[in-house]
Amino acid sequence: MAYKQELIHQLFTSQLQVANVGVDVFYQAVLDQSTPGIHVDWRPPAGGDPRLAEVLSRLQGEPLRRIQAANEEAHRRMDQGDPVWAGVVYAKDVLPDMDRYTIGHAGPPLSWDEMCGPMKGAVIGAIRYEGLARTEEEAVALVKGGKIKFRPNHSVACVGPMTGMITWSMPLFKVVNKTFGNVAYCTINEGLGKVMRFGANDDSVLRRLKWLEQVLAPALQKAVELHGPFSMKVFMAKALAMGDEMHQRNIAASSLFARDVLPVLIRAVNDQEQLGEIADFISGNDQFFLNLAMASCKAVCDAVKDIPDCTIVTAMSRNGTNFGIKVSALGEQWFQAPVLMPKGLFFPGYGPEDANPDMGDSAITETYGIGGFTMGSSPAVVRFVGADSVEAAMNYTRDMYEITQGVNSQLTIPNMDFKGAPMGIDIRKVVETGITPVINTGMAHKKPGVGQVGAGIVRAPMECFTQALEAFAQAQGL
Amino acid sequence: MITTNQIRKNLYFDSVTLMVASSMMRGLDGVINAAVMMGTDHNRSLMTQAGLIGPDTEPFGVNDTVVGVQAESDEAAQAAIAFFDDYIGGKKKSGKSSGEASARTLSAAKTVCPGVNFTVISVPGRYARAEAEKAMELGMHVLMFSDNVSLEDEVALKEMAAKKGLLMMGPDCGTTIINGTALGFANVVRRGNIGLAAAAGTGLQEVTALIDQLGGGVSQALGTGGRDLKEEVGGKMMSMCLEALNEDPETEVIVILSKPPAQSVMKRMLEQLERVNKPVIAAFLGGDPALLEGSRVIWAGDLEQAARLAVLAARGEEPALPPDDDTMLKATAEEELAKLAPEQKYLRGLYSGGTLCYETILLLRDEGIPTWSNIALDKKYLLEGGAPSRENTLLDMGDDFFTNGLPHPMIDFRQRVDRMEQEAADPAVGVLLLDCVCGYGTHADPAGELAPAIRRAKEIAAQNGRHLTVIASVTATEGDPQARSVQLRQLEEAGAIVMGCNAQAARLAALMLEQI
Repeated sequence: MAYKQELIHQLFTSQLQVANVGVDVFYQAVLDQSTPGIHVDWRPPAGGDPRLAEVLSRLQGEPLRRIQAANEEAHRRMDQGDPVWAGVVYAKDVLPDMDRYTIGHAGPPLSWDEMCGPMKGAVIGAIRYEGLARTEEEAVALVKGGKIKFRPNHSVACVGPMTGMITWSMPLFKVVNKTFGNVAYCTINEGLGKVMRFGANDDSVLRRLKWLEQVLAPALQKAVELHGPFSMKVFMAKALAMGDEMHQRNIAASSLFARDVLPVLIRAVNDQEQLGEIADFISGNDQFFLNLAMASCKAVCDAVKDIPDCTIVTAMSRNGTNFGIKVSALGEQWFQAPVLMPKGLFFPGYGPEDANPDMGDSAITETYGIGGFTMGSSPAVVRFVGADSVEAAMNYTRDMYEITQGVNSQLTIPNMDFKGAPMGIDIRKVVETGITPVINTGMAHKKPGVGQVGAGIVRAPMECFTQALEAFAQAQGL
Repeated sequence: MITTNQIRKNLYFDSVTLMVASSMMRGLDGVINAAVMMGTDHNRSLMTQAGLIGPDTEPFGVNDTVVGVQAESDEAAQAAIAFFDDYIGGKKKSGKSSGEASARTLSAAKTVCPGVNFTVISVPGRYARAEAEKAMELGMHVLMFSDNVSLEDEVALKEMAAKKGLLMMGPDCGTTIINGTALGFANVVRRGNIGLAAAAGTGLQEVTALIDQLGGGVSQALGTGGRDLKEEVGGKMMSMCLEALNEDPETEVIVILSKPPAQSVMKRMLEQLERVNKPVIAAFLGGDPALLEGSRVIWAGDLEQAARLAVLAARGEEPALPPDDDTMLKATAEEELAKLAPEQKYLRGLYSGGTLCYETILLLRDEGIPTWSNIALDKKYLLEGGAPSRENTLLDMGDDFFTNGLPHPMIDFRQRVDRMEQEAADPAVGVLLLDCVCGYGTHADPAGELAPAIRRAKEIAAQNGRHLTVIASVTATEGDPQARSVQLRQLEEAGAIVMGCNAQAARLAALMLEQI
């Protein structure tokens, strides 16, 4: 009968440590005997939905080994991802199938008729920015005439916050994942107030975009040429230790970035006037770093795509109408459900009735495991996103460990005993636990052109994950 | 002396973490000096001055972590670097926050408490397999309290366990003691050299508690689940447990508790036991001693005998018992009989422990007294779940019919207490037989629930001019949270005759019934 004896021998000769799944009387008994233990706050998987529980159980046993190996590989790639900011480029020069009539937007694909107010407002602005129309009416006529091609940024290694407009002339941060060689892009943050990402499209918005394109972008490119690529992970690790969670709050990262980039810009830009404008712009925007973080997260997550048997999420994004996710083993397929409304605080004069539902590619930060996932590191953001205590913020992070493959070995959370940020969302765990990813987000006014009205937190809809899980099981032939 | 350094590209740590790690590295054997720092210019000059880096050090920048070690040997230097990796690895993985840890899934539990090596599963049966599979994938041994798990699932789980070398105790395994910790329904038993493997939950409680009372001690008490020795499961877990106990240096005597195994299983088990060089005592409740003919395994007729034989063997004495002296029992029986009216002919036994009920059925059968029961051996005497008692009746109230949707009768006494009143009101009933099972997992004060019910039962009989004999036994140790002596006293004060163990209680009942 010879059985392997090592594990039993180990059990008999080491400290018993018990995980209790079910009746808590048994857990209390273990504690009463001073035996270390942990209680699993178990609930029926998939919220008690027998069909989904059955799908989950099909992924146990033999397929589990493959899935685990694949997910470990995904985690390894995410952990080893090493994004560096390598310059500023123009969409027209780097994106495939790009022309003046192509507009990249946030989230999964959608048609003009499906677009929410701010998205339409941004599209009109983007068309005018490219000089294809002078007025809103002309712009809408172009769209309705089928002249404009819409596509998700995610399809071309790009991300953009909120409406996420990317057009022909726009400058993009270029971030290279040094470990895997892939490249990702994100637009430059426009600052606060009336901005295209919230659907604003008046002349002041377009003027600022032109300044980004013609003044800021070349200066930043020169700075990178002078300095060499900037390691993004180092900024991110430091900023988390300084109280950013890096979606809603980027003040530490933006400050650290300004500290490093301004000395180089001073050497790179000769025109004093322009240099002053650039310094004002970068220093005056607490969220400047967000777009660099987004490109970095995109560069890391893209390296996790297309791993067979892998149930890790590679993208989460919203177009203001639908929320979509992508899963490694399922390639470019979007799994979508209607977006939810964020909950949080509003700027004076605005309320929940003014807010547009969830929007933007910025949930790429949570896909990588920062933002809502590292809320525990960011006491300062807690109240703003509707949590009422620092403990509540840490609980959001604790919950995210339940649905992730592992932790980030470099991005750690000081006030949670330097635990690594939760990383690698596993669709199986989301469905099993009923815990959906938490996302920190800004809120746009539902009317185009008004801008940001508040900020808060929102959940990814469960249906995205249940659909993906079923598709995964089907693709596995299970 | 050798100097080693390593550069970790783009790896950032705060300086406090690195200073702590550095000072710990300096404390390691054979390490002369060590420092880990971020590669700033200032740190570069500090480490250069300390001789930890030199001209041949790989180039590094401010975003890199620089590890430098001076040590007496290359081995010591490598050990220091490995220590650093462990330290920062641990720092970044340790998630154990203060106070009680909790998690929503087993894998999260394993992440929070990486040392977890055992899982107790008591979720509804249809979810139990999935949880057990997850636990075993994570390298944890399993006690599955859950019942209503299919045979097919049980076989699959035990095959998986055998492959991985993990214990998979259950389903429907109520009792286990690992390294002295009581799991499920189990008693606080002195540690010692007797190892047990049982396919009978309350039987395991009874025998371990008796061993403790008799001055013996337990190394490990392993449950297999009640169906393990059936043909379909093939004794997979029993076989593994026996091998584990045989290999365990703390175990010097092995006790097996079970109903008689299926024939093929028995054959394999005896073959396996031939290779065991420790004394083995087996109580195959309801089996024929002939089963063990030609084997070196020692036969125990009931749970009490199993405990007594084991304690003898554990002391290195000859495991043989003198014939029973039942003078005292007979005296008590006669005393009680004198109080009963002629129409009080019958016994009603109400049990929370299945094995105890079963043991009583057997002991009465051996005395030629048939009993009706919901777990009858002879189907002729099967009493369907809800049927009223008839003649001599013994009920296992932990059976599915009674527990359906309700807590186990070791936790919730309402059904048993109600039934006691019903039985007491029956003019044909003379003797009420009860168990009182203590230990972790069970009710905080079982006798505290039973005592008032005993008083009420006696009152009901008295109101109709009858005496009611109540015989009880307490499965408990003095170390149990409920304390055996406290439980005994409460039952005695309520007017029950409390015997030393269930077998004794059954014998007393048998002596009375024989004379009625």
